[in-house]
Amino acid sequence: MMPSLLQTSLLQRLLQGRGLAQIVALLVILAVDRAVSPQFFDLRMQDGRLFGSLIDVLNRGAPVALLALGMVLVIATRGIDLSVGAVMAISGAIAASLADAHGLPLALAAALGTGLLCGLWNGFLVAVLGIQPIVATLILMVAGRGVAQLITEGRIVTFTAPDLVWLGNGAVLGVPAPVAVVLGMLIVTGAVVRGSALGLLIEATGGNARASELAGIGTRGMILAVYVWCGLCAALAGVIAAADIMGADANNAGLWLELDAILAVVIGGTSLFGGRFSLVLAMVGALIIQAMNTGILLSGYPPEFNLVVKAAVVLIVLLLQSPRFADAGAVLGRARQ
Amino acid sequence: MPGVRVDANVGGSDAGMNANSDPGPALLEVRGLSKSFGTLRALQEVDFTLRAGEIHALLGENGAGKSTLIKAVTGVFPRDAGIVRLGGAEVAPRSAKAAVDAGIATVYQEVNLLLNLSVAQNLYLGRQPTRFGLVREAEMRRCATELLAEFDLHIDVAEPLGNYSVAVQHIAAIARAVDQSARVLILDEPTASLDRHEVEILFAVMRKLALRGIGVVFVTHFLDQVYEICDRITVLRNGRLIGERATAELPRIELIRMMLGRELAETTSERAAAQVRQVGEICARFEGYGKAGYVAPFNLALRRGEVVGLAGLLGSGRTETARLVFGAERADSGSASVDGKPVRLQSPRDAVAHGFGYCPEERKTEGIIADLTVRENIVLALQARRGLAKPLSRSEQEEIAMRFIQLLDIRPPEPERPIGLLSGGNQQKVLLARWLATAPRLLVLDEPTRGIDVGAHAEIIRLIRELCDDGLALLVISSELDEIVTYSDRVIVLRDRAHVDELEGEAIDVSNILAAIALAGTAGAEAGPS
Repeated sequence: MMPSLLQTSLLQRLLQGRGLAQIVALLVILAVDRAVSPQFFDLRMQDGRLFGSLIDVLNRGAPVALLALGMVLVIATRGIDLSVGAVMAISGAIAASLADAHGLPLALAAALGTGLLCGLWNGFLVAVLGIQPIVATLILMVAGRGVAQLITEGRIVTFTAPDLVWLGNGAVLGVPAPVAVVLGMLIVTGAVVRGSALGLLIEATGGNARASELAGIGTRGMILAVYVWCGLCAALAGVIAAADIMGADANNAGLWLELDAILAVVIGGTSLFGGRFSLVLAMVGALIIQAMNTGILLSGYPPEFNLVVKAAVVLIVLLLQSPRFADAGAVLGRARQ
Repeated sequence: MPGVRVDANVGGSDAGMNANSDPGPALLEVRGLSKSFGTLRALQEVDFTLRAGEIHALLGENGAGKSTLIKAVTGVFPRDAGIVRLGGAEVAPRSAKAAVDAGIATVYQEVNLLLNLSVAQNLYLGRQPTRFGLVREAEMRRCATELLAEFDLHIDVAEPLGNYSVAVQHIAAIARAVDQSARVLILDEPTASLDRHEVEILFAVMRKLALRGIGVVFVTHFLDQVYEICDRITVLRNGRLIGERATAELPRIELIRMMLGRELAETTSERAAAQVRQVGEICARFEGYGKAGYVAPFNLALRRGEVVGLAGLLGSGRTETARLVFGAERADSGSASVDGKPVRLQSPRDAVAHGFGYCPEERKTEGIIADLTVRENIVLALQARRGLAKPLSRSEQEEIAMRFIQLLDIRPPEPERPIGLLSGGNQQKVLLARWLATAPRLLVLDEPTRGIDVGAHAEIIRLIRELCDDGLALLVISSELDEIVTYSDRVIVLRDRAHVDELEGEAIDVSNILAAIALAGTAGAEAGPS
């Protein structure tokens, strides 16, 4: 009896700890990565930039992490933004088209400004017109990729502007530039959301919009703001993705990444029904996804496996978070006694 | 819409049924039925008797326990205690379907049929006549036509049900239920969305069924309809049986008293204690304030330290008045002023900025944010009023939360517990705390004691009295007339979405309020839906 009692309480404690399930999942995946690729944790410095598989996970995961950073706020208000992949394609196309001729500041401003406008459009449809978020953002998801293709005129636009290339391949104090951008955005977002009352009011709005409105919260403006922020994050992700490959591919940039971003948020413990959210755990969610992708590439299995393995891992993480699963675990534990 | 023909001779002919107050043999007997949700006792040892061939009204204000009684009898909820006998034999259905099989059918206000299927398909869904496993459409249509003809309804049964009026949909639902050998038919507010003509059609069907020996339970808020069609009346209040009477022997004012108030003697003494209070100057004034089709324009002045009660039947415009005052609905006429200065109340946000607070009747859907902690729920309105840029620090939040947890005796006294896990009474106190934390000048409380157990009930009333001693203006809505009498300095009586009477000082007692409410009823002004 004693051992099983201990096991249940350990399991329960594990499940109750906020964020523990995600962190354990990440550590397990990293351990598996280490098993398939012994040099996984090796780091080396070259040309003032860190290299290694671990760094690669962070670097490759940067676009999804940026998307998740905006998405987590949207989902916390009980919304969703399906258009972020398309917004990535648009902003990448704009940055790539303008960088060589007009320099980085203008290219970046144009790309990010477009992202803001895209977010404003989504927010307008959801907050002002009251359209269901999944439908409202579907519009831009479909139209956005077309807009991106119009900008690139169907070609892959390449550029050589060194400062834009640096955004994808440079380093800050040894940290790859995309990772530094993610860290910077995480700090800014965290400061804005948790440093002001925004976090509480977003969680209240997502938890019960009618009650929040009656408590005097300006829910409309807040919902508009989170979609704008999500658009900005997506635009930044698009610029980084373009900088990484020194070109913009309107057909493939950010393709299906909205789903990875939603997945990262959900793995990070934020419910699609809105309410409580965690920025950091959404980042952990993005890392879990990328650690899996990288691990499968390193293991030598064909990348097709990636999708199946990803589905299995996601299922396990979600099961660990589900209250019914925790209940079932407790019942099983009792039954064994 | 396809034409509906109703035989001219329905209704009327069997009116003799109603006058008959001689109770026949019991068809459905409910004895000692109890049901609790957590600490809330929704039904306490309720008895209910339905006789064969009678139309029996089940009445009570919101939260009285009508729906719970129906659902406990028909097996939608498991019951905690009590027995149900149908024709002398005990029945205990585990689901709505089992109840139908046993002979108890329920038709809800929102007809649960499939509007995209034909009338015939709806009538025979799940029990279609078949041959070699194939549905015999023609046979089904013929049966459906015959079945509806029994109810004097002659329509094309091949048309989708959605093409017909709500009345026809109701009759189709009733026909389906009766055809499945129902002996007891429960109609839950069937007339709420019907016009006068459609109500006549439905009543004709109900009378026909009663003549066939079926017992009909009629749940409604329209008292005129009760007096028009029902043989007997059972009244519930706060989950208890108040009484069962023959309609012919129950004057309307007596019925309203059963629905709203306790015995008069009990309340008059409580009143005296609340009398000695000085009220201050006017802090909020509404003139000609109203919204077309919502509440007729009203004048309302609220003074510091004064409790104004809003009394009236369900749907009389009480909640609507509260929502206009708080800006949750926008007025389209009149003006509002706070401390003598004109203000515009376009949203709750405006109202909160002017120092108003509102505890809505629907606590779960409009009040609490279940996932957030008690602390977060308490500071929410204050934080919203301060704005995004001035966040309350964690320690300030904890200080505020602990202060109100102690002041209002919120249990358990744990600020970090999600509010969804608290009892109804404690959730209500947290909502009060949410507004008190903003130091409001006017607090609107809509049914503050609804769904709260007895102990917390008394405490909330004590709090209301203390709050206005501190100079707060209170506008309180309650269906409990004795409660309103206990704490109000002024009572405004509403009927038919208009403010019709105002009682002050000595004039405030249950019988005067009842008289003001009933006046409309006898005049027939609140007859049927418009």
